[in-house]
Amino acid sequence: MNAADKAGLPSGQQSYLPSADAMARRRQRRYLADSAARWMVRAGGGGVVVALALIFVYLFSEVAPLLRGASVEQAGQFQAPGYAGSERSLLVLERYDTLGMRHSSDGRLTYFRLEDGSPLEEIRLEVPAGVTVDSVAIGEPRSRRVAYGLSDGTAIVVDHETRLEFTDGVRSVVPAPAFPLGRTPVQVDDEGQSLATLAVQETRDGGTGLAARTSDGRLVFVRFRATTSFLTGETELERRAWTLPRPPGEVRQLQLTANLWSLIGIDDAGTLLYWDISDPAAAVLRDQASAVQEGERVTELKMLNGTFSMIVGTSLGNLSQWFLVRDERAAAGDNIFRLSRVRDFDTHPGAITRIQPEYNRKGFAAVDDAGGLGLHYGTSARTLYLEQVSDVPLRSVGVSPIDDVVIAEDETGRILRFDVWNQHPEVSLKALWGKVWYEGRQDPEYVWQASSGADSFEPKYSMIPLTVGTLKAAFFAMLFAMPLAIAGAIYTAYFMAPKLRGYVKPTIEVMEALPTVILGFLAGLWLAPFLENHIPAVFTVLVGLPLSFLVIAWAFSRLPQSLRASVPPGWEAVILLPVIALVVWGLVSLSPLIEIWLFDGSMRQWFTEIGITYDQRNALVVGIAMGFAVIPTIFSIAEDAVFTVPRHLTQGSLALGATSWQTVTRVVLLTASPGIFSAVMIGFGRAVGETMIVLMATGNSPVVNFNIFEGMRTLSANIAVELPETAVNSTHFRILFLAGLVLFAITFTVNTIAEVVRQRLRERYSSL
Amino acid sequence: MNNKSSMRQWFKSGDPWIWMIGGGLAISLIMVVGLLLLIAVRGFGHFWPAPILSTSVTTAAGESESIMGIMVRSETLPAQRVRESGQDIPADQPLVTRHLIKVGNRDLTGRDFVWYLDSALGELHYPEDALRIERREWGNFYGFARGLERGGEVVARGEALWPQLLQAIDRANELHQRIQTLERVEIGRINRKMEELRLERRALELEGVSGAELAAAEADFAARQAELDRRFADIQAERRELMEQSARDVLIAETASGREVRIQLNNIVMASRNNATGLLGKIGFYGHRIGDFLSGYPREANTEGGIFPAIFGTVTMVLIMSVLVTPFGVLAAIYLREYARQGMILKLIRVSVYNLAGVPSIVFGVFGLGFFVYLLGGTIDDLFYPERLPAPTFGTPGLFWASLTLALLTLPVVIVSTEEGLARIPRTIREGSLALGATKWETLWKVVVPLSAPAMMTGLILAVARAAGEVAPLMLVGVVKLAPSLPVDGEFPYVHLERKIMHLGFHIYDVGFQSPNVEAARPLVYATALTLVLLILILNLSAIAIRNRLREKYRAEGD
Repeated sequence: MNAADKAGLPSGQQSYLPSADAMARRRQRRYLADSAARWMVRAGGGGVVVALALIFVYLFSEVAPLLRGASVEQAGQFQAPGYAGSERSLLVLERYDTLGMRHSSDGRLTYFRLEDGSPLEEIRLEVPAGVTVDSVAIGEPRSRRVAYGLSDGTAIVVDHETRLEFTDGVRSVVPAPAFPLGRTPVQVDDEGQSLATLAVQETRDGGTGLAARTSDGRLVFVRFRATTSFLTGETELERRAWTLPRPPGEVRQLQLTANLWSLIGIDDAGTLLYWDISDPAAAVLRDQASAVQEGERVTELKMLNGTFSMIVGTSLGNLSQWFLVRDERAAAGDNIFRLSRVRDFDTHPGAITRIQPEYNRKGFAAVDDAGGLGLHYGTSARTLYLEQVSDVPLRSVGVSPIDDVVIAEDETGRILRFDVWNQHPEVSLKALWGKVWYEGRQDPEYVWQASSGADSFEPKYSMIPLTVGTLKAAFFAMLFAMPLAIAGAIYTAYFMAPKLRGYVKPTIEVMEALPTVILGFLAGLWLAPFLENHIPAVFTVLVGLPLSFLVIAWAFSRLPQSLRASVPPGWEAVILLPVIALVVWGLVSLSPLIEIWLFDGSMRQWFTEIGITYDQRNALVVGIAMGFAVIPTIFSIAEDAVFTVPRHLTQGSLALGATSWQTVTRVVLLTASPGIFSAVMIGFGRAVGETMIVLMATGNSPVVNFNIFEGMRTLSANIAVELPETAVNSTHFRILFLAGLVLFAITFTVNTIAEVVRQRLRERYSSL
Repeated sequence: MNNKSSMRQWFKSGDPWIWMIGGGLAISLIMVVGLLLLIAVRGFGHFWPAPILSTSVTTAAGESESIMGIMVRSETLPAQRVRESGQDIPADQPLVTRHLIKVGNRDLTGRDFVWYLDSALGELHYPEDALRIERREWGNFYGFARGLERGGEVVARGEALWPQLLQAIDRANELHQRIQTLERVEIGRINRKMEELRLERRALELEGVSGAELAAAEADFAARQAELDRRFADIQAERRELMEQSARDVLIAETASGREVRIQLNNIVMASRNNATGLLGKIGFYGHRIGDFLSGYPREANTEGGIFPAIFGTVTMVLIMSVLVTPFGVLAAIYLREYARQGMILKLIRVSVYNLAGVPSIVFGVFGLGFFVYLLGGTIDDLFYPERLPAPTFGTPGLFWASLTLALLTLPVVIVSTEEGLARIPRTIREGSLALGATKWETLWKVVVPLSAPAMMTGLILAVARAAGEVAPLMLVGVVKLAPSLPVDGEFPYVHLERKIMHLGFHIYDVGFQSPNVEAARPLVYATALTLVLLILILNLSAIAIRNRLREKYRAEGD
């Protein structure tokens, strides 16, 4: 049955051509298929191109939140629960953002619902009759510890704890206040004077330290430790008390560090005072420094998370960060510290009334009496938010442990609740690319140290060590690869016998496909120990090999003509192969002897003596291994560039009487130089992004130097090491994405330049 | 004088410089060949039954001690360096030669590789009856066989011992194989069934089923659970039985220092008397060990045993990647070459696509982890696997994401190669087709694409070669040091895209740099590297061969 039958032609007429009808239908179908295919290919192909562009867009979208400041939105307001009229208060939040806690200076702790401010539970402290609360102090936020100083020289310590309860699978947070030193007051001042100023801190082993200025101007320090008896199971309170050196002025605020080694105070005149109380019996006032200018007073002093840094707020709205820095002038071995003003933050419009540090970062919130609320961050010296949020002076502020809610209380007892987005305050251009003065360091430095076991750790995100490491690795790799690859390319393209070239080129190009993990493994496990054992050979080979080439060349030119003619031109490299093998073998075997002769038997030792650090896995090893990986890339492109130099140019030069070497240097190289440049650029791009070799052949320590005998950590290796371990969407995570983006941008730019140069060159050749 | 000017003349001629750049090339060549040779010699050499030496060592205290083992390598270095490491060398001795000997017996001495000074070693012997035993735990044993014990009494000794021992080892190995099968296949299957049961229950909870329906389901679950428990108990009993059987025989052996050691036969992988084996025997043994290496599972924190899961993982991942990358790469190339409007913008796009091939692979890994694993995978989990949460299914690195990331990474390679192939098709052929009335699509599909198929093949092979050697991105998106199960097995749906895989390249990194016993792992790393290099060389050479044939073909037709 053919198409004609189906089409229903008049009987008797037999045609093998399809009817016009069928043909039209068929044509239609074909055109339909054609246009469908067109759309499919466009959609598919275009989609692939878009998908590739997506890489860039996506990386950028992951990095973008780093650049955002904080956003603060008022989400509600209510009257402070249990507001009595004039008392001062401390505001605290718990980590599920459902409850708030308010300590008031008349001795009450009120738990309230954060939603609407309705009180849940009010705890009245057992303050004896006739005694008043004269001071309130809060410890590190994480410890949830607050101390009330009473007028009879005693104090009550309370932990504003909460507890999780599950009823029918529904989670609720309920108040669970605790009294680590008991409900009844504990003696702080043995003489029973009122505690006018108080500081409290929980130690790492669960004890409590209290420091106070009594109303008659003495400084007292008490340490409590609760010990549970092994036999009876009873808890016993161990108390030790000391009187500290009398302060020069009237102390207004006090702060203790968590290790109870230092006591920081501020006096009436705005002078910051530092007592070394690591041995409380022999406590000394170590240092004092003025934190204010003329006519300015210090109104608030708080310690950031970890209790290393102090934040000082003044009556003019100035905020500055201070910490203790080891005194370099002091005799070695002495742990003498001095107060140092590290950085300042943006100035508030009114006098700072309260500072509240964040729970697990180095940031803090501050309020002032002009109604301003500010969010600041220590490490990056950033002021993320500073606005007037109230017409009435603000008196108190509390920060959520997960940094997404801030509450502030004003003079009239009104509490304002704010929803906050403040995910990445640690990052600023300066923190990433500039020197930063980190806690506990003596000077501003470039440091990369993203994580540590400690809670109070200050992450150090300087990109400089990684960038320098990347450039260092790429530099030494190029130093090794460029001369070999370019020399090899010129020789192969111009001097080598064509038959040989057919073998040599693929051999070197196959090298490019060699997995870098293999190069890295050989570099780390074979080359690094080998070089360490034969350091002198590195230098002798560097000098000896070129010398041996010259000697062979000269000897060859002295050979009788007949012998020379038996070697076809373009075979120099082959003659040199055994020479290289012999020379390298000889020099390596001589290496121990040289070491004995010149360096007293150990060159490593000698390096140490002249002050050069020598790591086994160092930049030299990386340079050789990565150079090896880059050689084929450079070789292949440069060889193409030299080989495609139009013949008539070289022939013209030779015809005018130039030697072939002159032709190469004056004609071929000049013409092909853009191609060689682009080869070098592409090789550089590859060296910058290479991961496995650096990961395996260096110690991966993020140091900032160009010593060839030390290791480095590169951007790419850093990503490979740290990205699998970090929390999704944390600052660290996004900074690693930023590192990826930087790598992407560098290599993409370098490659594009190379590609454009190469295309120009191609056009120029065709016009020559 | 004459000499001097001729020297200057010679330099002026440029000849020395030609020699110098020739030297540069020669160095590169020597490095390539040397590297391949190094890997080949170390990799292949690992399996060769090396002679077992026996000698006496004079210790620092002046006592003499017998050792037995295999010479690993020797080196000569300045005495000062050895002194730095705390060894006593006479002051008048400038150079020291020392040997690294693999003495094995880690369970007895604590270290299986020891450096000995040449001067401390006595004369080397190679005793005929020296025995090397590869064990499942504690590495190799070197010593002498003294007797075979069965059920508390010695059944073989002296001449009769060796053949009996081999027989008994074969039997123990067979039993071991059966236990392994039970553990890997049967117990694994039951565990998966139990997990399925748990998930079904959880799914019901999520759906909020209650009342009679829930009771019915609960009853069903209980019945199935009981059935599974029963089968599990059966298998456990069978396994215990096999274990008991395999523990029947014990080899009584003696170390070089005369200490008697009892080795359970179910702890022995292989025993050999290297010094007494002839060449043919050695070759057979060599083949056997290579076979074991390629088909076995790793042991002892990956420092011993085989690399089969790594090979399998690499191949599976590369296959899935090929399935993903080929259609998209070809489609994109056809679009760029045949359909897109040629102009400045297209030129830019093309350069960008080509340049993606030069973007560091780790960047693709970062993208894969963020976009594929966390974003796409997390969404898939929320939509399709809510009952498994919070344990992620696709929201964690795995086979599919690894393949997809590598597909993205190798996409430019396929596009470039295919475009080149399309560009090579002579105009005359296309025009012929169009002139006969074919539409553009028909010309493409029936004429151009088949003709450029070899170019696509080349692209694909190059992509596969690149993907097989890539490690950095995989560390982020799906490769682990030890995967509990292979990504393909007899359980539905047969290919488990969400599983984590092992990979040859990562195996090299992990074993070479993360393992506790680097010296023991070293030969294995060389062997693994050799496997990977061979795989990639073969792929690349075939790509080159295809490309060359292709060029020849069209040179003839096009002109």
